[in-house]
Amino acid sequence: MTVLQIDVLLLIEKLVLIAIIVLASLGIALYTTFAERKVAAILQDRPGPERAGPFGLLQPFADGLKLIMKEEIIPSHANKGLFILGPALAMTAALMTCAVIPWSSSVELFGRKIDLQIADINIGILYIFGVVSLGVYGIMIGGWASNNKFSLMAALRGASQAISYELAMGLSLIAVLMLGGSLSLKTLVEQQMQPGALWNIAYQPLGFLIFFVCALAECNRTPFDLPEAESELNFGYHQEYSSMKLGFYLFAEYVNMIMSSAVMACLFFGGYDIPFLDEKTLSPNVAAVLGLLALLTKIVIFLFVFMWIRWTIPRFRYDQLMNLGWKKFIPLALFNMLLTGFFILMKQEGTWQSVTHLFNK
Amino acid sequence: MSIIQILFYLLSGLAVFAALMVLLSKNPVHSVLWLIVVFFAISGHYILLNAQFLAIVNLIVYAGAIMVLFLFVIMLMNLNAATEPNQHIWMKLAGVIAGGCFLVMLVSLASQAGDMANKTVLMKEGNIGLIKELGKILFNEFVIPFELTSVLFLSAMVGAVVLGKKDNTQ
Repeated sequence: MTVLQIDVLLLIEKLVLIAIIVLASLGIALYTTFAERKVAAILQDRPGPERAGPFGLLQPFADGLKLIMKEEIIPSHANKGLFILGPALAMTAALMTCAVIPWSSSVELFGRKIDLQIADINIGILYIFGVVSLGVYGIMIGGWASNNKFSLMAALRGASQAISYELAMGLSLIAVLMLGGSLSLKTLVEQQMQPGALWNIAYQPLGFLIFFVCALAECNRTPFDLPEAESELNFGYHQEYSSMKLGFYLFAEYVNMIMSSAVMACLFFGGYDIPFLDEKTLSPNVAAVLGLLALLTKIVIFLFVFMWIRWTIPRFRYDQLMNLGWKKFIPLALFNMLLTGFFILMKQEGTWQSVTHLFNK
Repeated sequence: MSIIQILFYLLSGLAVFAALMVLLSKNPVHSVLWLIVVFFAISGHYILLNAQFLAIVNLIVYAGAIMVLFLFVIMLMNLNAATEPNQHIWMKLAGVIAGGCFLVMLVSLASQAGDMANKTVLMKEGNIGLIKELGKILFNEFVIPFELTSVLFLSAMVGAVVLGKKDNTQ
């Protein structure tokens, strides 16, 4: 059945997939806020939220209800349209990333082969970069529209931080792309799944370190949470926000964390690959479900590391942050790129001798 | 009408409307945001032409980096409709001359449009815009200009770091 040259079934399949992935991301984000409070509590040797429901499991719903029920205040001197646009953009940009992440291999349902990925475009990683660079606008517009000096300063800080770390992030990624030879996340994951192939972390430990720190900075997480430095900026770029608009900003941060964890798992830790198991021996549906669980486990581990860092390491000073980004990470990423190129060349030419031969030419 | 045609008209309409809003907005911040919408629409056109790489690079470079700098400057200078300074008569004259030149260019373009009348754009065809083909061409046919440009970019990046360092030693 086709309408306007589109396969309607494909359209329905993709729409259902989008709905499931977006809702699941939001659900995981909901419980990530809860996990954050619990992890903080454990690290600080206190019980944490435990009143709402068994073990405090209903706490995120109580928080959400509180945020929704609160009075919505739009400051009288704020730019009303942009004030609303800010949190909406932040949330949209955070959720858009999930379109190119391969959540698992394909399943067969009702006689159809369904890829558990919304769009396998051949520029997957660049798409993520494009969306990440748009996330800046959510912060900037919100900070500016609040018509508050502290909000504006925090927004500018956040934007310049995000732009600075995007550079090092991109450079560290180039080394991975040189290894894989593709920009599609699915292809990169499948290459790491080949029998005998190692995860990219084995080839790119330095690249992963740079990428991870840059991901922390992009998500405005401690030690890079300068846009929210309450001791210097009162509350940060969302100072004037209240009710669910504030909730959107806070929530977008957690969605960003999940998405960057998923990207890191796909690029460096084999995505939905299960270690020491050849997925081809399983039936496709079982392999897909197990693969999804493997990816989720990797994401949860990354999320825990994010929280662990937040409650262990103090915040950077602003000049330290810029120094680290521009003077340490960019040269380091360039060096990593050079090193990767050298090793790829060595592998192509065979041995050391042929490499020295190449230089003597 | 096929889906590509519908998308084409939608994107074209959006691009023209947003471009008009860039000019008509009183608030410079709104102008910048409308300009970002224009970039999005143009990127959509690139995708219709099967040039995905160009589309996403257009977004990353223009919408993601350059427009952020525009916003920076405008927000820090706090240019509002209310604080707009009285423009000098020379500025207005320069604007008229620049606009006139643009009009002449548009008229000459429109007069040449007759050549294009019976030609159709190849939508969603050709693979020159795909990153693989682009890479092959860049690294085979145009390798020297390409490498020169990348050295230029690298030196600009190093220059930025050096400038930052200079400030620190004072």
